[in-house]
Amino acid sequence: MADPAGAGAPAILPLAGSDLSWRAGDVEILREVSLRIEPGTRNIVIGPNGAGKSVLLRMLHGLLAPSGGQLAWATADPLRIRRGQAMVFQRPVMLRRTARENIEFALRVGGMREGVRAAARAALARVGLASLEDRPARLCSGGEQQRIALARAWALRPEILFLDEPTASLDPAATRAIEEIIAAMHAAGTTIVMTTHDLGQARRIADRVLFLHRGRLVEDTPAREFFQQPRSPEATAFIKGELLW
Amino acid sequence: MVNTPRSHWLAGGALALTLALGLAVPPAALAQDKFIVVASTTSTEQSGLFKHLLPAFKAKSGIDVRVVAQGTGQALATARKGDADVVFVHDRVAEQKFVEEGFGIDRREVMYNDFVIVGPKADPAKIAGSKDAIDALKKIAASAAPFTSRGDKSGTHAAELRYWKQADIDPQAGKGTWYRETGSGMGPTLNTASAMGAYAFTDRGTWLSFKNRGELAIAVEGDNKLFNQYGVMLVNPAKHPHVKKELGQAFIDWITSPDGQAAIAGYKIEGQQLFFPNYQPVRG
Amino acid sequence: MEEISQSMGLAMGLVRQLDQTLLAIAGLSLKVSGVAVLAASLLALPLGAWLALARFPGRQVVIAVLNGMMGLPPVVVGLLIYLLLSRAGPLGSLGILFTPAAMMIAQAVLILPIIAALSRQVIDDAWSEYREQLLSLNATRWQCMRALLWDLRFTLLTAVLAGFGRAIAEVGAVMIVGGNIDGVTRVMTTAIALETSKGDLPLALALGVVLIALVIAINTAAQLMKSYSMRRHG
Repeated sequence: MADPAGAGAPAILPLAGSDLSWRAGDVEILREVSLRIEPGTRNIVIGPNGAGKSVLLRMLHGLLAPSGGQLAWATADPLRIRRGQAMVFQRPVMLRRTARENIEFALRVGGMREGVRAAARAALARVGLASLEDRPARLCSGGEQQRIALARAWALRPEILFLDEPTASLDPAATRAIEEIIAAMHAAGTTIVMTTHDLGQARRIADRVLFLHRGRLVEDTPAREFFQQPRSPEATAFIKGELLW
Repeated sequence: MVNTPRSHWLAGGALALTLALGLAVPPAALAQDKFIVVASTTSTEQSGLFKHLLPAFKAKSGIDVRVVAQGTGQALATARKGDADVVFVHDRVAEQKFVEEGFGIDRREVMYNDFVIVGPKADPAKIAGSKDAIDALKKIAASAAPFTSRGDKSGTHAAELRYWKQADIDPQAGKGTWYRETGSGMGPTLNTASAMGAYAFTDRGTWLSFKNRGELAIAVEGDNKLFNQYGVMLVNPAKHPHVKKELGQAFIDWITSPDGQAAIAGYKIEGQQLFFPNYQPVRG
Repeated sequence: MEEISQSMGLAMGLVRQLDQTLLAIAGLSLKVSGVAVLAASLLALPLGAWLALARFPGRQVVIAVLNGMMGLPPVVVGLLIYLLLSRAGPLGSLGILFTPAAMMIAQAVLILPIIAALSRQVIDDAWSEYREQLLSLNATRWQCMRALLWDLRFTLLTAVLAGFGRAIAEVGAVMIVGGNIDGVTRVMTTAIALETSKGDLPLALALGVVLIALVIAINTAAQLMKSYSMRRHG
């Protein structure tokens, strides 16, 4: 069983990005973003629409290759790096099979051979969906599907979890459930990197805020400081709800 | 590999395929040495002659005969490639060439039927009741009455072309106007003639068993020239070693035996005898 | 019109009497096309999935060719298989020309591009939805293909049925490689062709009605199974 805290296993964090850029044709979506993700932190990426939040997240996770700049993990072992991360998307992609089988699929693809079913059951129980074990995942509600997606990510025991607007299409009750799971995962030792456009959510979760504006990392500040005294005029305007894009 | 329901699915598919192939192949494989393939013509198959003959042969010999019914030209081509054991066709010239080239052996003349010229009852070429095929063709050409030809290098087609030649007419000149090649079997050609009110040259057997006559009727018959000889021969095992020599020979021997010849004579449609056995042992 | 109503009556009669010859011919049709569709699917579905996921230079050309091959003329396929299986051809020693096995091969070749091209399209469309999630889980190309094939099984069934429909309805290829031998390689379509050339149009049409009814029945059964399973599996 992969365990980020396992003895002797090299940790993949911290993650350091320097001068990360990403171009789509002539448009520069990300411009020279440098950041560092420390183990155990809760990092919230915020910013107006089109700021480049999702692109940054995908780049850190390895789904997009940077067109410029460097990404460096604490280890050079590519398998360890790949298996040390998980990601939850805004719209969860459920395979056409039961909730439990969705998690079993992820575990098997992740290399687990023994105790797959028990691990999948435990993961569902952790997100409070033990009773949905045999329900076809696609027939679950949006909130339930997102919780299954979190259970699936959690089952993989990642060192770092990326979440891209995981509650954007959910109602307040479902949102609260998701936030509780994220908090529990963090408490269990997982580093969180999450995008959101919900300032309240950012306040509840973040211990550090990365504020993106037009592809630039404008602020990289401890959360309390960011919400009380933002350093940049853009962040100030954004917090007041005046900065729309 | 990863053990998920998908692998069961794939395994199931593979199993199903194996089973299906297993079910499909053995009948052919088991019967391997008890059947022969006879390349023959549409006229013998469609007239129902084989349906009449084969059970008798099977009862006698235990051999299944698989008839692939094609035009004589195609049947000879099939045999030339070695895809048949016996050829049973009706184009003496082509058959003799086939034997001379070494593809066939032991050619025997088995039976004959006759050709007739059928045409619309309205009879635009005024040939109905005639007994002179050559004269009738001349009249058809002269009146430019529509005529459908098989145009498929079959035995019947070859015969038709010989009669045109004897009438000193080049029907190709009428192509696009009154002379129409269907490029298909006797049945489809008769279907076309029936639909267009055209004359056509056909063997009597196919005509008698043909159901979609519409306005067509026999216009010319009884000319001695309209004699249609069928020949049978074994595909040369020296050329094609896999040819089932004994089984094929058994068929040829039977069909030229008194039993076989009697069976041919016994086949009738609406009381009319279709084929006339004429095997002459001396010529064999 | 008279002939059509006559054919309907004849078709009903054939089915009601469970005419032995008809049963044998219809059974062979189902068996030949069934095996063909199974064999073709086993190759075409993975091929379609691979083509949907792979990225290589010339991929668009390959897809265009594959799509074009959906319209392969059965006669041409039949002729090619005939030349391959003929005693004079490279696979002549198998001795399977003029047997159901040859017909299965010809039909499988005919419908392989159909099933592959349709499944490529279906999987390509779904891939854009699944791609990030599957890559995020570190699924290999092979695992992605298998996950998609299984997830899209109900939609892919339609592609397989399209292939089956084409196989069981075609006459050109099976006529050439099967030879329409009575009791051995005569299937519904070649029987229809034969009755047509015998000028027995009502019987030919009656057989056609039975064939169409058979195809519709199979499609309906598949459709029912599909909608039932989709309700169950989402």
